[in-house]
Amino acid sequence: MARRRLMHALNDALVEEMERDERVILFGEDVEISMFGDTKGLRERFGPRRVRDTPISEGILTGMAVGAAAAGQRVVVHMFMANFLYTGFDGIANQAAKLRFMTGGQVRLPITFMVLYGGGRALGAQHADTPFPMLVNLGGINVVAPTNAADTKGLLKTAIRGDNPTVFFEPGGRGGEFGEVPDGDHLVPFGRAAIVRGGGDATVVAVGSMMKPALQAADVLERTYGVAVDLIDPRTLVPLDEDAILASVARTGRLVVVDESRDRCSFASHVAAVVGDRGFASLRAPMKRVTVPNVALPYAPPAEKPLIPNPERIVAAVLETLGRAPLATP
Amino acid sequence: MDTYAVNANPSLDPTLEQPTRDELLAMYGRMVLIRRVEERLGDDFTAGKLPQSVHLYVGQEACAVGVCARLEDGDWVASTHRGHGHYLARDGDVRGLFAEVFGRRDGICRGMGGSPHVADFSKGIIGANAVVGGGIGIATGAALAAQMQDRGRVAVCFFGDGAAAQGWLGEALNIAALWRLPLVLVCENNGFAEFMPTATVTAGSIASRAAGYGVPGVAVDGNDLIEVWQAAGPAVARARAGQGPTLLELRTYRTRAHTESESGFLSRPYRTVEEVEDWRTRDPLPRVRDRLSAAGVRDDELDTIDAEARRLAAEASAFAETNPWPDPSVVYGLMFHDQEP
Ligand SMILES: Cc1ncc(C[n+]2csc(CCOP(=O)(O)OP(=O)(O)O)c2C)c(N)n1
Repeated sequence: MARRRLMHALNDALVEEMERDERVILFGEDVEISMFGDTKGLRERFGPRRVRDTPISEGILTGMAVGAAAAGQRVVVHMFMANFLYTGFDGIANQAAKLRFMTGGQVRLPITFMVLYGGGRALGAQHADTPFPMLVNLGGINVVAPTNAADTKGLLKTAIRGDNPTVFFEPGGRGGEFGEVPDGDHLVPFGRAAIVRGGGDATVVAVGSMMKPALQAADVLERTYGVAVDLIDPRTLVPLDEDAILASVARTGRLVVVDESRDRCSFASHVAAVVGDRGFASLRAPMKRVTVPNVALPYAPPAEKPLIPNPERIVAAVLETLGRAPLATP
Repeated sequence: MDTYAVNANPSLDPTLEQPTRDELLAMYGRMVLIRRVEERLGDDFTAGKLPQSVHLYVGQEACAVGVCARLEDGDWVASTHRGHGHYLARDGDVRGLFAEVFGRRDGICRGMGGSPHVADFSKGIIGANAVVGGGIGIATGAALAAQMQDRGRVAVCFFGDGAAAQGWLGEALNIAALWRLPLVLVCENNGFAEFMPTATVTAGSIASRAAGYGVPGVAVDGNDLIEVWQAAGPAVARARAGQGPTLLELRTYRTRAHTESESGFLSRPYRTVEEVEDWRTRDPLPRVRDRLSAAGVRDDELDTIDAEARRLAAEASAFAETNPWPDPSVVYGLMFHDQEP
């Protein structure tokens, strides 16, 4: 075990995979200097052919990733902020998600699109989105959103080594957090959720950076209300470990999903739909989604803060599924 | 000779090289094959045999053939919705093409792509895009891979004048110039973006867009096989030598419909009969045939080439018509490699 910050875990994964396979190339805006630290030192280590700063051309970077992957490279392209996925969406939605299908399976596309996402830092509406829904809906793209340093490393390595396109969401607000990362060639498979806590009173599914407020909420629930939740980290949204969620709901009868996407057609809505379809009989209360309201994220911190799911909202949602109300806060 | 060297590369002197008689004959054979295949598909559409309308390449054969004659195995070609010509110019299988356009099991893309997506990776076709301009990024990426792999491969992107209006062209020119990517951008300016005459939606000259990036931009008569071949040679050689991209504008004309179904939905004509007739007099096929005759190829030899192309098209069409539909469950195995959707 080594204590690593999440950003360093990303960096470790990139270094290891680039060492391991020289077909891996990395490009994106300012990846050489690396504003976030995730790609730091790679240019010096792997040289200017494999690690390249690009012009501000998201529109073509995604398409280039597809072409380079189809022609035999393993491509990591850093798209910077998740909002810029919109700018480069054709290469993801029309090309990466469909080229294999349209050609009857003639091609493999080992591509990892890395992005930072999420609000709460006064970044303004065009730098703070969490666009899980549009990616999850594409069908041909794996969607990964780790919550801790160990999974971050293991999932990124799996993404780079895989033969399918993946959008890898780096939790923007948690770059600095430490975690224990297993030594050696640590890989985390896609489609396997992590049971972060087993409590049994209610099921809480928390996605990506929402794990932090969910953990805080779980503490409050336990301490103040004597409620112990099953806390589930899906780790990958596509593929989704539906069985792990359903197994928990079968025990608890209650589901709360915490997701930083806007509410309408959020990833949380999808999880609720799955449980509605496959786990309805075990439900003992209406399912709750804790998401961002259907508005853009504002700049002013007091206006932004309450929009992002926080421990208070999660606690209230869990209590509601149990027919209880939060205690009045002083 | 009708050459507009906009940002002339000194090595692009079209008087320098001439194809040999055999090279010309081979290229002519490809052009005739494309023509007869497209005509046959047009008939098949009219006869109600195809699931959807098709965008045919008739009139533009010199473009695909003149450029692809300069390529080698292992080179990449990104194609378009009007892509049957590129596929055949890269030696794509005729039956696989027909079965694909018919939506059948043994189509080159297993019936999953259809006419606009006819592609054979084993022949270097790195996808055919129905997103206008969508191939530009893919070809640029393939050029990047080619540069990484250092085997002297090049990537060619075919796209239309309509696609030249996409921002991707500027982005590709910029990146490919900066990184000296082995990329040849080939704009087939066929006079229309759907039903909009090029001049109404395209400012200035397409070839001259390259100059701002320090990239050679060359416009030639796209209906003249030899001009296309002469322009493509140095562009491909330049890419192969690691000297970076070239933009070619091939000025041609689409003599058939934008899409074969158009007469069924257009409320008014978008061009005159005279204009089309005028361009038919510049049909690229007879021009090559005349040259071959002048070089001593007998008429009966040339007629045999034509008859053989018709036979291949008819045979492939009959094959496609009786080929089974794909098993509908195929779709679940294609979204990912080795993973459920
Ligand atoms: C992104 C996108 N926009 C619009 C269309 C609809 N469309 C199909 S073909 C076409 C015209 C394309 O013109 P051009 O690039 O000149 O190619 P041509 O059809 O003339 O070969 C258009 C606009 C499309 N397929 N993709």
